[in-house]
Amino acid sequence: MKFDDTSEGLGLRGLQVAPAQAFGAVRLVPLLKEHVREDLRLGTLDFKDRRPHAVGLRGQADAPTVAYCSYIPHAYVLRWASDGTAVAARGAALTDKQLGLREVGGVRVLHRMVRQEEPGALRFLPLHLAMEGFLSLHFGGPDVAWSEYSRQALSHGLSPRRERAVLGSYVHGLEDAVRMFEIHERQVGALVFVADALAAMVVFPHPDDYRALHRSLVRDFFGELVYQYAILYDDVPAHRVAVREAEISDLADLRAAVARARADWTAFTADMAAGVLRETLRWKTVHRTGPFRLRRFMSALRPDEDNHIGEAIVRDSGELEYCKTFRLSAAQVRRAYLLEKLAQHHWDLAATAEALGVEVPALLVRLRNAGFGYLLKEHVLKNLPSGTV
Amino acid sequence: MTMSAETRHAAAARVTCEDLVVFLNACFCCTGQREFYSDGRAQTVSIEFLHDYIRGNYRRLYARTLAAGVNHFNRARIVTELLASSRHLEAGERRDEGRLVIAALRSLPAPRAYRALLAVRARGVNNRRLRAIVRDFLSSRPDLQFDAIKYRGKLRDLILHTHLRLPGELGGFLFKGWKQRRYATPLLETFRQAHFSDEAMYELPFTVAEGMAARRNIDRAVFLRKIAPRLTALEKLRLQNAAAREGVKELAIDLARAGLTRVAIYLLSLPSAERRERRSELQAALDGAARRCLREAPLALGRVVAVLDRSHSTTGSPDKPRRSLAVALGVDALLRAASAEYMSFWTPAEGDPLLAGPRGQTDLTGPLLDALETRPDLVVVVSDGFDNDPTGGAGEICRVFKARLDPEGRTTIVHINPVFDAPELGPRRLGPGVPTLGLRDAEDLPTALAFARFAAGDLSLAELEDYLARRVDVFLRRADVAPLEEGA
Repeated sequence: MKFDDTSEGLGLRGLQVAPAQAFGAVRLVPLLKEHVREDLRLGTLDFKDRRPHAVGLRGQADAPTVAYCSYIPHAYVLRWASDGTAVAARGAALTDKQLGLREVGGVRVLHRMVRQEEPGALRFLPLHLAMEGFLSLHFGGPDVAWSEYSRQALSHGLSPRRERAVLGSYVHGLEDAVRMFEIHERQVGALVFVADALAAMVVFPHPDDYRALHRSLVRDFFGELVYQYAILYDDVPAHRVAVREAEISDLADLRAAVARARADWTAFTADMAAGVLRETLRWKTVHRTGPFRLRRFMSALRPDEDNHIGEAIVRDSGELEYCKTFRLSAAQVRRAYLLEKLAQHHWDLAATAEALGVEVPALLVRLRNAGFGYLLKEHVLKNLPSGTV
Repeated sequence: MTMSAETRHAAAARVTCEDLVVFLNACFCCTGQREFYSDGRAQTVSIEFLHDYIRGNYRRLYARTLAAGVNHFNRARIVTELLASSRHLEAGERRDEGRLVIAALRSLPAPRAYRALLAVRARGVNNRRLRAIVRDFLSSRPDLQFDAIKYRGKLRDLILHTHLRLPGELGGFLFKGWKQRRYATPLLETFRQAHFSDEAMYELPFTVAEGMAARRNIDRAVFLRKIAPRLTALEKLRLQNAAAREGVKELAIDLARAGLTRVAIYLLSLPSAERRERRSELQAALDGAARRCLREAPLALGRVVAVLDRSHSTTGSPDKPRRSLAVALGVDALLRAASAEYMSFWTPAEGDPLLAGPRGQTDLTGPLLDALETRPDLVVVVSDGFDNDPTGGAGEICRVFKARLDPEGRTTIVHINPVFDAPELGPRRLGPGVPTLGLRDAEDLPTALAFARFAAGDLSLAELEDYLARRVDVFLRRADVAPLEEGA
């Protein structure tokens, strides 16, 4: 994947952070919109019948034996108007025909993962864009045919490349937290922290969309680390307001002190989410229509920091209209980091090892342990020490 | 470090007082049902622990809490606990407890009283004391034949356990089966006939006839129309939605006679379009209920401001839908009727409280500051105590206000909480400076406010005992039971 832009995080333009609500290890922070606009709406498409779904592949949508299989709880339907007029979210009201659905042997086949359903409406699957971008990172494999690489790596690239994620309802306590969360009036998004580590940031275009989609948080997928944190930690401390009573001489002071405490917590919460809000992100624009750009992004992949991937719709003015992020686990970051280093050095093992400051056998061990053993020839891996180096 | 005997005694008294206040507060609001923030299991475990702890340590006071206005669920539970363990009691204590238990059984709704006694059976306890109390309870029932029809299973199980003799044909009716013979008692004969004739079925109490009608596949609308004269007021209120769905007009209720919280729950169950249409009627019903309520338990207050919570969490649970919101509405109406000057601040503030449902975040801070700015005599906060915009703001405001802005205590702040928080063993508090009172029905607000001084923690054990003694006297007199022997 080539990135076309590097910038300073998602930021909070047009959004306000409201006080956090903590339930057990999960902390949900509401994001409010300053000016609600009506020209972009999102709805869900609930695939109500519980049959498996498959998605046709590009160019082979009608071949009955070729399909991309995935767990798809729901899809989003995005509607927009380029001239700023209001559009209504129709979501579930779409008919099968408009959806480009067809049936093959009891399995519903959706026509493509992202599809323009009609002028001004786009169906896509949540987080699919981000995850696909992550999986296709240097997917082509070695671009120079070094002798260490296996024939498979040279001819098929990294295929099959896979990563794991956990369904939101498996994250301990998330379901309860989502149920008990009290949605604000102008709320369009939320920051999800698990044991005070940023697990996801969610933003939708309109408060009504958020209200409708709030519960779908438990049907999103989360990284392995988030799943583990939720089990390991019982509680996070609430962000309680504290007022120094010596400074208070009348009710106006008290009001000001509370406002100050609120602002302090807000700033602190934004700091906690610096991983996506402030740290440098690399962007790629996937689709552009009217004043909106659909983009995916990935953080800088530093193995010692938290790293996120995600997708966003950004208005030309820089306001965030839609966003969903996914926190990568340490192992996932390690894998992506190794691939990136290899690609930077044209897949030359010696040069990469030198850049990482290790010997070639150590790099080979790291590649093997990261699950990339299948890229290398048998004899290269043969005499490597077991365990980590 | 050693403590002198007096210090130890004083410390023990303080602990007793605090324990009892925690227990009473829990008993005002907990019903062992699922709440918004905790499930039914947690609630049951929590309240069972409290009952065990207080009964084990302060048995004499535990019995007296029956008179303190605790809710039906806990009153029944205390009766069960007292009857299930009495081996090491003195004769005098036993007699006093017995009187309180009898008065409590008479004050409970019949099904609850029967269930409390059957719970003793489930504990495997059967003794002379229990049999005497059951005999007394049954003889105090206004119409035992009616009970034998409506609570057939319960009465039968109770007799099976206690081997008491039933008057008239009841013994045969309950134990030999109604098919055996014809009955001279009209009600029992109706019950027998109802198994063969539809007309007789409509003479029976609603809950009994309902099962028979279902077995005979009688249309729900037809059934409701014909059973209408037999319905109790509460059954009518409960069946309003079903009647509207079936298009039955005969079930019109008289809102001018229903209790305050019931009216509030009923109006919250209506769709918003209907509420908007009948707004003035519903408001009048609510105010009327509040005035009736004040006639029974007078309350006269000065300048009062209420801060009322109708955030998303007042949705409650499937067991208690919108109960917290109904209590807030009830308290609002009651305070408006009882105070010389009254203002209310809702959170969130938007919309008409009578028309809007539970929605949005809990911001108690802003409304509380607005309320304090009017310098009232009394501020009543009705909320489940989970303020999240920002968290803990209300508690801080109360603390700082008391310490810095109102050290002489001209304004009293009271927090009313309709929700029992299982992990805290009581209604969740706003902060240490504010007394928090559990409240199940808005009608009990006068009792709760009288109890506020104890919840604030500035009264002693002797005063608490005094308070309980007065309540015990009234309680026994109302139930027509002789006063306690050893005083209170």
